[in-house]
Amino acid sequence: MQFDDVAISIKSLTKSFGEHTILDNLNIEIPRNKITSLLGFSGAGKSTLLKHILGLLSPTSGTVNVLGSDLADMSPIQLREFRRNFGMLFQYAALFDSLSAKGNVAFPLCEFTDMTEHKIQNKAAELLLSVGIKEVSFDKLPSELSGGMRKRVGLARGLALSPAIMLFDEPTTGLDPITTRMVNDLIVETSIKNKDRGMTSVIISHDIKATLEISDFIAFLDHGNIVEYLPVNEFVKSKNPLVLEFINL
Amino acid sequence: MSRSYVEKVGLSVINSINGLGSVSRFGSKFFYWFLKPPFRIKNLFEQFYFIGNKSLFIVCLSGSFTGMVMAYQVYFGFKLISVDSLVGPVVAITMAKELGPVLTGLIVAGRAGAAMAAQIGTMKVTEQIDALEVMGIDSFQYLAVPRIIASTICLPMLSCLFVLVGNIGSILVGTKALMIDESLYLSKLGEFMFLPDLLQGVIKAIVFGFLIGVIGTYFGFRVTKGAEGVGKGTNLAVVWGMISVLIIDYFLTSFLVRIL
Repeated sequence: MQFDDVAISIKSLTKSFGEHTILDNLNIEIPRNKITSLLGFSGAGKSTLLKHILGLLSPTSGTVNVLGSDLADMSPIQLREFRRNFGMLFQYAALFDSLSAKGNVAFPLCEFTDMTEHKIQNKAAELLLSVGIKEVSFDKLPSELSGGMRKRVGLARGLALSPAIMLFDEPTTGLDPITTRMVNDLIVETSIKNKDRGMTSVIISHDIKATLEISDFIAFLDHGNIVEYLPVNEFVKSKNPLVLEFINL
Repeated sequence: MSRSYVEKVGLSVINSINGLGSVSRFGSKFFYWFLKPPFRIKNLFEQFYFIGNKSLFIVCLSGSFTGMVMAYQVYFGFKLISVDSLVGPVVAITMAKELGPVLTGLIVAGRAGAAMAAQIGTMKVTEQIDALEVMGIDSFQYLAVPRIIASTICLPMLSCLFVLVGNIGSILVGTKALMIDESLYLSKLGEFMFLPDLLQGVIKAIVFGFLIGVIGTYFGFRVTKGAEGVGKGTNLAVVWGMISVLIIDYFLTSFLVRIL
């Protein structure tokens, strides 16, 4: 699929570890301002692809172009600075366990902005409220929060620096149906709220039901390659046997 | 049978050399990062507090009892050859040159080295380190640098405290329990104890502090496989921290006795 406004463009991406090839001549364009999901069985290469998008891994061959910049042309320091364009919600939220909920959200603001302490606290509170965390939980440590609340705080932290691209790594894995619904709603809400500034969302998942509900486009990975990439309404009608098998699981 | 034995020995030698190279490469990153901004002073002071302040009690306790025991042991040995007045300087020199830095090193390796590996290892398995990297923060600079600086600075301070408290213990036992004349004890101390003796201990403690910081953080970053991995990493940090203190002590001693 080709788009007019592309956020991420990956061409002929191959990644091998020794003799083991994880990504095999992979091509994909991810549109700006949309929710794109990367689906696939475990070991299909989803996480490796994500690490290439973030510049945490370098390709064996091929190019990864994000927001118009080729990551291979960047020095490690430039790459580090470039990563501030990304926000990420990790599978288990990955909150800093020594910091409170508010401290976690304030952390990127303290590190990368010149805002005063007062403004940072206000902004962190605003972000937490926007993802549905009540003031009473602001000072709680991650260990005192439920799984769903941790995801909300993780999302607020990911959004703190107003990223151009928001990545979601298995956002609903291991959650109960109600919390799964809540996280899905939150992803859609976040995407709508940030539509004006063109935020792109990329979700890595193997939760087919959730993915169909919230995505604009779905790419299906198998053995390091994209075997199907379609808008969500066409994806459900795919005749690809692997996709059919995955949908019917 | 014998070939298999030779293979095993060879493999363990190769692994040891690889490990040593890996730790050295990890440690050398410190010299690249520690002068690079941003300087996270708050993080550094948190580590000073944890490694320095929180080790005070155990260091003072160990120092005082080591000094007191040394005074007894040396006194009964020296009494046989009628040089019991030299108990003070012998205890003081031994503490300053050897026992202070080595025992403090072992205590800090056990307490702070283990904590460093456990904290960083837990962060690794719960993706907190990945979160730092995704935010564009170098995890080595953020986590390892403050810990290595703090242990390098705190260890000589703790070692000096160990020596001071140990000598106070030795003086108390020597003059109050063993009845050595107080003025004689103190005068002999001044007569035989010199600045290079103290300096030798301080240099050793600085090197041990750096090593403990590097080894503790190295094994933290190497953690894999969940809680079991954290436990293994912590164990390795303590074992190798202590072993390196003892081995490096020998080489440092053989070097420093020539130049000081």
